[in-house]
Amino acid sequence: MSTTALPASAARDRRINWSWVGVLPFIAFTLFFLILPAANLIVGAFQDANGAFTLKNIVNLGQPAIVRSYVLSLQVSAASAAAGVLLGFLLALAVIHGMLPRWVRPTLMTFSGVASQFAGVPLAFAFLATLGRTGLVTAILMTLFDFNIYRAGFNLLSFLGLTLTYLYFQIPLMVLVITPALDGLKREWREAASTLGATGGQYWRMVALPILWPPMLGAFLLLFANAFGAIATAYALTGSSFNLITILLYAQIRGDALHDPNLGYALALGMIVITGVSNGAYIWLASRSARWIR
Amino acid sequence: MNQSRIIPWIGFGLGALYFLIPLIATFEFSMRMERGTYSFKAYRIVFADPGFQASFAYSAVIAVLTIIVGVALVVPTAYLVQLKLPRLRPVVEFLTLLPLVIPAIVIVFGYLRMYNSSSILPLTGSARGTDLLLIFAYVMLSLPYMYRSVDTALRTIDIRTLTEAAQSLGSSWPRIMLQVILPNVRVGVLSGAFLTFAIVIGEFTMASLLNRPAFGPYMQLIGANRAYEPAALAIIAFAVTWACMGLIQLVASLSPGSKR
Repeated sequence: MSTTALPASAARDRRINWSWVGVLPFIAFTLFFLILPAANLIVGAFQDANGAFTLKNIVNLGQPAIVRSYVLSLQVSAASAAAGVLLGFLLALAVIHGMLPRWVRPTLMTFSGVASQFAGVPLAFAFLATLGRTGLVTAILMTLFDFNIYRAGFNLLSFLGLTLTYLYFQIPLMVLVITPALDGLKREWREAASTLGATGGQYWRMVALPILWPPMLGAFLLLFANAFGAIATAYALTGSSFNLITILLYAQIRGDALHDPNLGYALALGMIVITGVSNGAYIWLASRSARWIR
Repeated sequence: MNQSRIIPWIGFGLGALYFLIPLIATFEFSMRMERGTYSFKAYRIVFADPGFQASFAYSAVIAVLTIIVGVALVVPTAYLVQLKLPRLRPVVEFLTLLPLVIPAIVIVFGYLRMYNSSSILPLTGSARGTDLLLIFAYVMLSLPYMYRSVDTALRTIDIRTLTEAAQSLGSSWPRIMLQVILPNVRVGVLSGAFLTFAIVIGEFTMASLLNRPAFGPYMQLIGANRAYEPAALAIIAFAVTWACMGLIQLVASLSPGSKR
Protein backbone atom coordinates (compact mmCIF):
# COMPACT_ATOMS: atom_id res chain seq x y z
CA MET A 1 0.00 0.00 0.00
CA SER A 2 2.95 2.30 0.35
CA THR A 3 4.16 1.89 -3.21
CA THR A 4 3.26 5.52 -3.86
CA ALA A 5 5.02 6.84 -0.75
CA LEU A 6 7.50 9.65 -1.20
CA PRO A 7 10.81 8.17 -2.36
CA ALA A 8 12.78 10.73 -0.35
CA SER A 9 11.29 9.66 2.95
CA ALA A 10 11.78 6.01 2.04
CA ALA A 11 15.45 6.68 1.38
CA ARG A 12 15.75 8.54 4.68
CA ASP A 13 14.11 5.65 6.50
CA ARG A 14 16.57 3.22 5.03
CA ARG A 15 19.53 5.38 6.06
CA ILE A 16 18.27 5.73 9.63
CA ASN A 17 17.89 1.98 9.82
CA TRP A 18 21.51 1.48 8.79
CA SER A 19 22.67 3.87 11.50
CA TRP A 20 20.66 1.91 14.04
CA VAL A 21 22.33 -1.27 12.86
CA GLY A 22 25.68 0.43 13.48
CA VAL A 23 24.97 1.14 17.14
CA LEU A 24 23.36 -2.25 17.68
CA PRO A 25 26.61 -3.98 18.79
CA PHE A 26 27.10 -1.35 21.46
CA ILE A 27 23.51 -1.60 22.69
CA ALA A 28 23.66 -5.41 22.69
CA PHE A 29 26.99 -5.38 24.49
CA THR A 30 25.84 -3.09 27.29
CA LEU A 31 22.64 -5.10 27.53
CA PHE A 32 24.37 -8.46 27.92
CA PHE A 33 27.37 -7.43 29.98
CA LEU A 34 26.01 -4.60 32.10
CA ILE A 35 22.22 -4.30 32.28
CA LEU A 36 21.15 -7.95 32.28
CA PRO A 37 23.80 -9.14 34.78
CA ALA A 38 22.78 -6.35 37.16
CA ALA A 39 19.07 -7.01 36.55
CA ASN A 40 19.71 -10.69 37.14
CA LEU A 41 21.03 -9.93 40.63
CA ILE A 42 18.17 -7.57 41.37
CA VAL A 43 15.66 -10.27 40.41
CA GLY A 44 17.56 -12.79 42.53
CA ALA A 45 17.31 -10.44 45.51
CA PHE A 46 13.52 -10.85 45.41
CA GLN A 47 13.50 -14.64 45.04
CA ASP A 48 13.77 -17.49 47.51
CA ALA A 49 15.81 -20.65 46.88
CA ASN A 50 12.99 -22.07 44.73
CA GLY A 51 12.63 -18.95 42.61
CA ALA A 52 9.37 -17.73 44.16
CA PHE A 53 8.88 -14.06 44.94
CA THR A 54 9.85 -13.01 48.46
CA LEU A 55 10.90 -9.96 50.46
CA LYS A 56 12.70 -12.14 53.00
CA ASN A 57 16.18 -11.34 51.56
CA ILE A 58 15.60 -7.61 51.89
CA VAL A 59 14.40 -8.09 55.47
CA ASN A 60 17.44 -10.27 56.20
CA LEU A 61 19.72 -7.38 55.26
CA GLY A 62 18.82 -6.14 58.75
CA GLN A 63 21.10 -8.75 60.35
CA PRO A 64 23.56 -7.02 62.70
CA ALA A 65 26.65 -8.27 60.81
CA ILE A 66 25.36 -6.97 57.46
CA VAL A 67 24.21 -3.65 58.90
CA ARG A 68 27.64 -3.24 60.52
CA SER A 69 29.32 -3.82 57.15
CA TYR A 70 27.11 -1.29 55.38
CA VAL A 71 27.65 1.28 58.13
CA LEU A 72 31.43 0.77 58.10
CA SER A 73 31.54 1.14 54.30
CA LEU A 74 29.36 4.25 54.46
CA GLN A 75 31.58 5.75 57.17
CA VAL A 76 34.85 5.08 55.37
CA SER A 77 33.40 6.37 52.09
CA ALA A 78 31.92 9.49 53.67
CA ALA A 79 35.04 10.28 55.71
CA SER A 80 37.45 9.77 52.81
CA ALA A 81 35.15 11.72 50.46
CA ALA A 82 34.71 14.64 52.89
CA ALA A 83 38.43 14.88 53.67
CA GLY A 84 39.25 14.36 49.99
CA VAL A 85 36.92 17.18 48.93
CA LEU A 86 38.26 19.60 51.53
CA LEU A 87 41.98 18.86 51.06
CA GLY A 88 41.73 18.48 47.29
CA PHE A 89 39.89 21.79 47.09
CA LEU A 90 42.51 23.60 49.18
CA LEU A 91 45.32 22.04 47.15
CA ALA A 92 43.72 22.99 43.82
CA LEU A 93 42.96 26.47 45.15
CA ALA A 94 46.55 26.99 46.28
CA VAL A 95 47.89 25.93 42.91
CA ILE A 96 45.35 27.64 40.64
CA HIS A 97 44.72 30.92 42.47
CA GLY A 98 47.84 31.07 44.67
CA MET A 99 50.07 32.72 42.04
CA LEU A 100 52.67 29.98 42.27
CA PRO A 101 55.25 29.50 39.48
CA ARG A 102 53.95 28.19 36.16
CA TRP A 103 55.46 24.70 36.45
CA VAL A 104 53.44 23.90 39.56
CA ARG A 105 50.06 23.49 37.91
CA PRO A 106 50.94 21.01 35.12
CA THR A 107 53.01 19.04 37.63
CA LEU A 108 50.05 18.74 39.98
CA MET A 109 47.67 17.83 37.14
CA THR A 110 49.91 15.09 35.75
CA PHE A 111 50.56 13.70 39.18
CA SER A 112 46.84 13.76 39.99
CA GLY A 113 46.11 11.81 36.83
CA VAL A 114 48.56 9.13 37.93
CA ALA A 115 47.64 9.03 41.62
CA SER A 116 43.89 8.95 41.00
CA GLN A 117 44.47 5.72 39.05
CA PHE A 118 47.04 4.36 41.51
CA ALA A 119 44.61 2.42 43.65
CA GLY A 120 44.09 -1.20 44.44
CA VAL A 121 46.66 -3.69 45.69
CA PRO A 122 49.88 -1.64 45.12
CA LEU A 123 48.47 1.30 47.09
CA ALA A 124 48.01 -1.00 50.08
CA PHE A 125 51.66 -2.10 49.76
CA ALA A 126 52.81 1.50 49.61
CA PHE A 127 51.00 2.41 52.82
CA LEU A 128 52.18 -0.74 54.59
CA ALA A 129 55.74 0.32 53.73
CA THR A 130 54.99 3.84 55.02
CA LEU A 131 52.78 3.51 58.08
CA GLY A 132 52.82 -0.23 58.75
CA ARG A 133 54.48 -1.59 61.88
CA THR A 134 57.87 -1.63 60.16
CA GLY A 135 57.11 1.26 57.79
CA LEU A 136 59.49 4.13 57.18
CA VAL A 137 57.44 6.88 58.81
CA THR A 138 56.67 4.65 61.79
CA ALA A 139 60.40 3.96 62.19
CA ILE A 140 61.43 7.61 61.76
CA LEU A 141 58.93 8.79 64.38
CA MET A 142 60.23 6.12 66.71
CA THR A 143 63.94 6.94 66.35
CA LEU A 144 63.64 10.73 66.15
CA PHE A 145 60.89 11.41 68.67
CA ASP A 146 60.72 8.08 70.49
CA PHE A 147 57.04 8.09 69.58
CA ASN A 148 55.43 4.75 68.75
CA ILE A 149 52.28 5.51 66.76
CA TYR A 150 51.05 1.95 67.25
CA ARG A 151 51.37 2.22 71.02
CA ALA A 152 49.52 5.53 70.78
CA GLY A 153 46.55 3.68 69.30
CA PHE A 154 47.15 4.09 65.58
CA ASN A 155 46.58 1.09 63.35
CA LEU A 156 46.85 1.09 59.58
CA LEU A 157 44.33 -1.76 59.51
CA SER A 158 41.61 0.41 60.98
CA PHE A 159 39.03 3.02 60.05
CA LEU A 160 41.55 5.87 60.32
CA GLY A 161 44.28 3.94 58.51
CA LEU A 162 42.02 2.95 55.64
CA THR A 163 40.65 6.49 55.28
CA LEU A 164 44.19 7.88 55.22
CA THR A 165 45.07 5.36 52.51
CA TYR A 166 41.98 6.11 50.40
CA LEU A 167 42.89 9.82 50.46
CA TYR A 168 45.84 8.96 48.24
CA PHE A 169 43.46 8.56 45.29
CA GLN A 170 40.59 10.69 46.60
CA ILE A 171 42.52 13.99 46.87
CA PRO A 172 43.92 13.76 43.29
CA LEU A 173 40.48 12.85 41.96
CA MET A 174 39.07 15.95 43.70
CA VAL A 175 41.83 18.10 42.17
CA LEU A 176 40.93 16.81 38.69
CA VAL A 177 37.18 17.24 39.20
CA ILE A 178 37.23 20.71 40.80
CA THR A 179 39.86 22.35 38.56
CA PRO A 180 37.37 23.32 35.80
CA ALA A 181 35.12 24.91 38.42
CA LEU A 182 38.01 26.87 39.95
CA ASP A 183 39.11 27.96 36.48
CA GLY A 184 35.55 29.18 35.96
CA LEU A 185 35.81 31.64 38.85
CA LYS A 186 36.40 34.75 36.85
CA ARG A 187 38.94 37.30 38.01
CA GLU A 188 36.41 40.05 37.17
CA TRP A 189 34.03 38.78 39.83
CA ARG A 190 36.65 39.21 42.50
CA GLU A 191 37.62 42.63 41.17
CA ALA A 192 33.97 43.67 41.02
CA ALA A 193 33.46 42.51 44.59
CA SER A 194 36.46 44.41 45.91
CA THR A 195 35.51 47.53 43.92
CA LEU A 196 32.18 47.41 45.73
CA GLY A 197 34.07 47.22 49.03
CA ALA A 198 33.83 43.50 49.79
CA THR A 199 36.53 41.89 51.90
CA GLY A 200 38.16 38.63 50.90
CA GLY A 201 35.94 36.76 53.35
CA GLN A 202 32.80 38.40 51.97
CA TYR A 203 33.85 37.58 48.43
CA TRP A 204 34.23 33.90 49.33
CA ARG A 205 31.04 33.73 51.40
CA MET A 206 28.78 35.66 49.03
CA VAL A 207 30.22 35.10 45.55
CA ALA A 208 32.62 32.20 45.19
CA LEU A 209 31.13 29.56 47.49
CA PRO A 210 27.53 29.93 46.26
CA ILE A 211 28.87 29.24 42.77
CA LEU A 212 31.21 26.49 43.88
CA TRP A 213 28.94 24.51 46.18
CA PRO A 214 27.12 22.47 43.50
CA PRO A 215 30.36 21.18 41.94
CA MET A 216 31.81 20.66 45.45
CA LEU A 217 28.80 18.62 46.57
CA GLY A 218 28.85 16.79 43.25
CA ALA A 219 32.51 15.97 43.73
CA PHE A 220 31.73 14.68 47.21
CA LEU A 221 29.15 12.28 45.78
CA LEU A 222 31.53 11.11 43.06
CA LEU A 223 34.32 10.49 45.60
CA PHE A 224 31.85 8.78 47.90
CA ALA A 225 30.75 6.29 45.24
CA ASN A 226 34.38 5.83 44.23
CA ALA A 227 35.35 4.74 47.74
CA PHE A 228 32.17 2.74 48.32
CA GLY A 229 32.77 0.37 45.42
CA ALA A 230 36.49 -0.07 46.17
CA ILE A 231 37.71 -3.37 47.54
CA ALA A 232 41.23 -4.25 46.40
CA THR A 233 43.08 -1.76 48.62
CA ALA A 234 41.18 -2.75 51.75
CA TYR A 235 41.46 -6.45 50.96
CA ALA A 236 45.23 -6.30 50.38
CA LEU A 237 45.69 -4.11 53.46
CA THR A 238 43.59 -6.01 55.97
CA GLY A 239 42.81 -9.39 54.44
CA SER A 240 39.22 -10.31 55.15
CA SER A 241 39.35 -9.06 58.74
CA PHE A 242 38.01 -5.58 58.02
CA ASN A 243 34.35 -6.04 57.20
CA LEU A 244 33.55 -3.52 54.53
CA ILE A 245 30.45 -4.40 52.53
CA THR A 246 32.59 -5.09 49.44
CA ILE A 247 34.75 -7.50 51.43
CA LEU A 248 31.67 -9.26 52.80
CA LEU A 249 30.28 -9.51 49.26
CA TYR A 250 33.65 -10.85 48.04
CA ALA A 251 33.56 -13.57 50.68
CA GLN A 252 29.95 -14.32 49.75
CA ILE A 253 30.78 -14.69 46.03
CA ARG A 254 33.86 -16.76 46.83
CA GLY A 255 32.30 -19.21 49.25
CA ASP A 256 28.72 -18.34 50.15
CA ALA A 257 29.84 -16.89 53.49
CA LEU A 258 26.25 -16.00 54.40
CA HIS A 259 25.01 -19.54 53.59
CA ASP A 260 22.21 -18.00 51.54
CA PRO A 261 22.88 -17.18 47.85
CA ASN A 262 19.79 -15.01 47.54
CA LEU A 263 20.84 -12.90 50.50
CA GLY A 264 24.04 -12.27 48.54
CA TYR A 265 21.97 -10.84 45.69
CA ALA A 266 20.17 -8.57 48.14
CA LEU A 267 23.60 -7.42 49.40
CA ALA A 268 24.52 -6.46 45.82
CA LEU A 269 21.16 -4.73 45.33
CA GLY A 270 21.81 -2.60 48.41
CA MET A 271 25.16 -1.52 46.95
CA ILE A 272 23.60 -0.63 43.58
CA VAL A 273 20.96 1.48 45.35
CA ILE A 274 23.57 3.39 47.38
CA THR A 275 25.97 4.10 44.49
CA GLY A 276 23.00 4.74 42.19
CA VAL A 277 21.55 7.44 44.45
CA SER A 278 24.99 8.97 44.96
CA ASN A 279 25.81 9.06 41.24
CA GLY A 280 22.32 10.13 40.24
CA ALA A 281 22.58 13.13 42.54
CA TYR A 282 26.04 13.86 41.11
CA ILE A 283 24.79 13.87 37.51
CA TRP A 284 21.89 16.11 38.50
CA LEU A 285 24.20 18.56 40.26
CA ALA A 286 26.71 18.51 37.41
CA SER A 287 24.01 19.47 34.92
CA ARG A 288 22.87 22.28 37.24
CA SER A 289 26.32 23.78 37.74
CA ALA A 290 27.32 23.47 34.08
CA ARG A 291 25.58 26.72 33.16
CA TRP A 292 27.70 28.79 35.60
CA ILE A 293 31.05 27.34 34.76
CA ARG A 294 31.79 28.31 31.21
CA MET B 1 45.35 40.27 44.91
CA ASN B 2 48.90 40.92 46.09
CA GLN B 3 48.59 38.61 49.05
CA SER B 4 51.48 36.71 50.46
CA ARG B 5 52.31 33.54 48.60
CA ILE B 6 53.36 31.75 51.76
CA ILE B 7 50.03 30.04 52.44
CA PRO B 8 49.66 28.59 48.91
CA TRP B 9 53.27 27.37 49.13
CA ILE B 10 52.59 25.70 52.48
CA GLY B 11 49.47 24.05 51.04
CA PHE B 12 51.35 22.80 48.00
CA GLY B 13 54.25 21.65 50.17
CA LEU B 14 52.03 19.65 52.50
CA GLY B 15 50.28 18.06 49.53
CA ALA B 16 53.62 17.17 47.97
CA LEU B 17 54.77 15.63 51.26
CA TYR B 18 51.63 13.51 51.59
CA PHE B 19 52.03 12.20 48.05
CA LEU B 20 55.80 11.77 47.96
CA ILE B 21 56.43 10.24 51.39
CA PRO B 22 54.61 6.94 50.63
CA LEU B 23 56.53 6.64 47.36
CA ILE B 24 59.86 7.31 49.06
CA ALA B 25 58.98 4.96 51.91
CA THR B 26 57.92 2.21 49.52
CA PHE B 27 61.09 2.59 47.49
CA GLU B 28 63.24 2.59 50.63
CA PHE B 29 61.42 -0.47 51.95
CA SER B 30 61.83 -2.34 48.66
CA MET B 31 65.63 -1.84 48.91
CA ARG B 32 65.92 -3.22 52.44
CA MET B 33 65.80 -6.91 51.60
CA GLU B 34 69.49 -7.50 52.29
CA ARG B 35 70.33 -6.79 55.89
CA GLY B 36 72.40 -3.69 56.57
CA THR B 37 72.66 -2.49 52.98
CA TYR B 38 70.45 -1.15 50.22
CA SER B 39 70.10 -3.38 47.19
CA PHE B 40 67.77 -4.23 44.33
CA LYS B 41 67.46 -7.82 45.50
CA ALA B 42 63.68 -7.67 45.89
CA TYR B 43 63.38 -6.46 42.29
CA ARG B 44 65.70 -9.21 41.03
CA ILE B 45 63.60 -11.82 42.81
CA VAL B 46 60.36 -10.35 41.47
CA PHE B 47 61.57 -10.12 37.88
CA ALA B 48 63.00 -13.66 38.00
CA ASP B 49 59.78 -15.12 39.40
CA PRO B 50 57.98 -17.11 36.67
CA GLY B 51 54.71 -16.21 38.41
CA PHE B 52 55.44 -12.52 37.90
CA GLN B 53 56.37 -12.96 34.24
CA ALA B 54 53.35 -15.14 33.47
CA SER B 55 50.79 -12.98 35.30
CA PHE B 56 52.16 -9.69 33.96
CA ALA B 57 52.20 -11.08 30.41
CA TYR B 58 48.68 -12.43 30.84
CA SER B 59 47.35 -9.08 32.07
CA ALA B 60 49.19 -7.20 29.31
CA VAL B 61 47.64 -9.42 26.63
CA ILE B 62 44.19 -9.09 28.22
CA ALA B 63 44.68 -5.30 28.34
CA VAL B 64 45.58 -5.13 24.64
CA LEU B 65 42.58 -7.27 23.68
CA THR B 66 40.37 -5.11 25.90
CA ILE B 67 41.59 -2.02 24.07
CA ILE B 68 40.90 -3.59 20.65
CA VAL B 69 37.38 -4.68 21.59
CA GLY B 70 36.72 -1.35 23.31
CA VAL B 71 37.85 0.74 20.31
CA ALA B 72 35.86 -1.42 17.87
CA LEU B 73 32.79 -0.93 20.02
CA VAL B 74 33.16 2.74 20.94
CA VAL B 75 34.44 4.46 17.77
CA PRO B 76 31.57 3.49 15.41
CA THR B 77 29.01 4.14 18.16
CA ALA B 78 30.33 7.58 19.10
CA TYR B 79 30.64 8.43 15.40
CA LEU B 80 27.09 7.41 14.53
CA VAL B 81 25.63 9.10 17.61
CA GLN B 82 27.34 12.35 16.71
CA LEU B 83 26.58 12.25 12.98
CA LYS B 84 23.29 10.42 12.54
CA LEU B 85 21.60 9.72 15.84
CA PRO B 86 21.95 12.77 18.09
CA ARG B 87 18.67 11.84 19.76
CA LEU B 88 20.37 8.70 21.06
CA ARG B 89 23.12 10.68 22.79
CA PRO B 90 21.54 10.85 26.29
CA VAL B 91 20.89 7.10 26.24
CA VAL B 92 24.39 6.20 25.07
CA GLU B 93 26.04 8.62 27.51
CA PHE B 94 23.98 7.19 30.34
CA LEU B 95 25.04 3.66 29.39
CA THR B 96 28.71 4.65 29.27
CA LEU B 97 28.44 6.15 32.76
CA LEU B 98 26.71 3.10 34.27
CA PRO B 99 29.99 1.24 34.96
CA LEU B 100 30.83 4.08 37.36
CA VAL B 101 27.49 3.59 39.09
CA ILE B 102 27.47 -0.19 39.44
CA PRO B 103 30.53 -1.32 41.43
CA ALA B 104 32.86 -3.71 39.58
CA ILE B 105 32.33 -6.42 42.18
CA VAL B 106 28.58 -6.31 41.54
CA ILE B 107 29.02 -6.54 37.75
CA VAL B 108 31.25 -9.60 38.04
CA PHE B 109 28.83 -11.14 40.56
CA GLY B 110 26.12 -10.75 37.91
CA TYR B 111 28.38 -12.41 35.31
CA LEU B 112 28.97 -15.38 37.60
CA ARG B 113 25.23 -15.81 38.03
CA MET B 114 24.35 -15.28 34.38
CA TYR B 115 27.19 -17.06 32.57
CA ASN B 116 27.93 -19.95 34.94
CA SER B 117 28.51 -23.46 33.64
CA SER B 118 24.84 -24.43 33.92
CA SER B 119 23.49 -21.38 32.03
CA ILE B 120 22.54 -21.01 28.36
CA LEU B 121 25.82 -19.26 27.58
CA PRO B 122 28.30 -21.07 29.89
CA LEU B 123 31.26 -18.70 29.44
CA THR B 124 32.81 -19.57 32.80
CA GLY B 125 32.77 -23.26 31.88
CA SER B 126 36.11 -23.07 30.09
CA ALA B 127 39.34 -21.12 30.56
CA ARG B 128 39.08 -19.42 27.15
CA GLY B 129 35.44 -18.54 27.77
CA THR B 130 36.35 -16.98 31.12
CA ASP B 131 39.18 -15.04 29.46
CA LEU B 132 36.61 -13.67 27.04
CA LEU B 133 34.30 -12.75 29.91
CA LEU B 134 37.20 -11.00 31.69
CA ILE B 135 37.94 -8.99 28.52
CA PHE B 136 34.28 -7.97 28.28
CA ALA B 137 34.30 -7.06 31.97
CA TYR B 138 37.32 -4.80 31.40
CA VAL B 139 35.73 -3.24 28.31
CA MET B 140 32.85 -2.31 30.62
CA LEU B 141 35.20 -1.00 33.31
CA SER B 142 37.04 1.24 30.84
CA LEU B 143 33.93 2.26 28.87
CA PRO B 144 33.42 5.65 30.62
CA TYR B 145 37.01 6.70 29.91
CA MET B 146 37.26 5.26 26.41
CA TYR B 147 33.95 6.75 25.30
CA ARG B 148 34.72 10.16 26.70
CA SER B 149 38.14 10.44 25.09
CA VAL B 150 36.89 9.24 21.68
CA ASP B 151 33.82 11.48 21.84
CA THR B 152 35.95 14.51 22.71
CA ALA B 153 38.29 13.75 19.80
CA LEU B 154 35.33 13.40 17.41
CA ARG B 155 34.03 16.82 18.43
CA THR B 156 37.26 18.51 17.35
CA ILE B 157 37.05 17.32 13.74
CA ASP B 158 34.38 17.96 11.12
CA ILE B 159 33.16 14.40 10.72
CA ARG B 160 30.28 15.38 8.45
CA THR B 161 32.52 16.95 5.81
CA LEU B 162 35.05 14.14 6.11
CA THR B 163 32.33 11.54 5.67
CA GLU B 164 30.73 13.30 2.71
CA ALA B 165 34.11 13.77 1.03
CA ALA B 166 34.94 10.10 1.49
CA GLN B 167 31.49 9.05 0.27
CA SER B 168 31.68 11.23 -2.84
CA LEU B 169 35.00 9.57 -3.66
CA GLY B 170 33.27 6.21 -3.41
CA SER B 171 34.51 4.93 -0.05
CA SER B 172 32.64 2.09 1.60
CA TRP B 173 31.56 2.35 5.24
CA PRO B 174 34.28 0.07 6.64
CA ARG B 175 36.83 2.11 4.71
CA ILE B 176 35.47 5.41 6.04
CA MET B 177 35.72 4.06 9.58
CA LEU B 178 39.20 2.57 9.29
CA GLN B 179 40.93 5.01 6.96
CA VAL B 180 39.17 8.32 7.54
CA ILE B 181 37.63 8.48 11.02
CA LEU B 182 40.02 6.31 13.03
CA PRO B 183 43.22 8.15 11.98
CA ASN B 184 41.56 11.47 12.77
CA VAL B 185 40.58 10.48 16.29
CA ARG B 186 43.79 8.61 17.06
CA VAL B 187 44.67 11.01 19.89
CA GLY B 188 41.44 10.19 21.68
CA VAL B 189 41.77 6.50 20.92
CA LEU B 190 45.34 6.39 22.22
CA SER B 191 44.49 8.35 25.39
CA GLY B 192 41.63 5.95 26.07
CA ALA B 193 43.89 3.01 25.26
CA PHE B 194 46.67 3.99 27.70
CA LEU B 195 44.16 4.76 30.45
CA THR B 196 42.54 1.36 29.83
CA PHE B 197 45.94 -0.29 30.06
CA ALA B 198 46.65 1.45 33.38
CA ILE B 199 43.29 0.33 34.77
CA VAL B 200 43.45 -3.26 33.52
CA ILE B 201 47.07 -4.19 34.27
CA GLY B 202 46.71 -4.32 38.06
CA GLU B 203 42.96 -4.92 38.41
CA PHE B 204 42.23 -7.32 41.25
CA THR B 205 38.52 -7.86 41.93
CA MET B 206 37.23 -9.12 38.60
CA ALA B 207 40.28 -11.24 37.76
CA SER B 208 40.27 -12.78 41.22
CA LEU B 209 36.57 -13.64 41.24
CA LEU B 210 36.79 -15.09 37.73
CA ASN B 211 39.84 -17.08 38.88
CA ARG B 212 42.14 -15.86 36.12
CA PRO B 213 45.94 -15.81 36.60
CA ALA B 214 46.26 -12.03 36.26
CA PHE B 215 48.76 -9.57 37.73
CA GLY B 216 46.37 -8.13 40.35
CA PRO B 217 45.66 -11.44 42.11
CA TYR B 218 49.38 -12.30 41.83
CA MET B 219 50.30 -9.09 43.66
CA GLN B 220 47.72 -9.82 46.34
CA LEU B 221 49.15 -13.32 46.82
CA ILE B 222 52.71 -11.98 47.13
CA GLY B 223 51.47 -9.34 49.56
CA ALA B 224 50.00 -11.99 51.81
CA ASN B 225 53.16 -14.12 51.85
CA ARG B 226 56.26 -11.94 51.43
CA ALA B 227 57.79 -8.91 53.11
CA TYR B 228 59.90 -6.89 50.64
CA GLU B 229 58.69 -8.05 47.24
CA PRO B 230 55.29 -6.29 47.63
CA ALA B 231 57.05 -2.93 47.97
CA ALA B 232 59.02 -3.65 44.80
CA LEU B 233 55.77 -4.61 43.05
CA ALA B 234 54.14 -1.37 44.20
CA ILE B 235 57.01 0.64 42.70
CA ILE B 236 56.75 -1.35 39.44
CA ALA B 237 52.97 -0.82 39.31
CA PHE B 238 53.42 2.89 39.97
CA ALA B 239 55.99 3.10 37.19
CA VAL B 240 53.60 1.39 34.75
CA THR B 241 50.77 3.79 35.69
CA TRP B 242 53.13 6.74 35.36
CA ALA B 243 54.31 5.51 31.94
CA CYS B 244 50.70 5.21 30.71
CA MET B 245 49.83 8.73 31.89
CA GLY B 246 53.05 10.09 30.43
CA LEU B 247 52.22 8.51 27.08
CA ILE B 248 48.75 10.13 27.16
CA GLN B 249 50.35 13.57 27.65
CA LEU B 250 52.93 12.86 24.98
CA VAL B 251 50.26 11.82 22.47
CA ALA B 252 48.18 14.89 23.28
CA SER B 253 51.12 17.26 22.86
CA LEU B 254 52.15 15.65 19.57
CA SER B 255 48.65 15.98 18.10
CA PRO B 256 48.21 18.59 15.38
CA GLY B 257 45.33 20.26 17.24
CA SER B 258 47.42 21.26 20.24
CA LYS B 259 49.88 23.40 18.26
CA ARG B 260 47.35 26.15 17.75
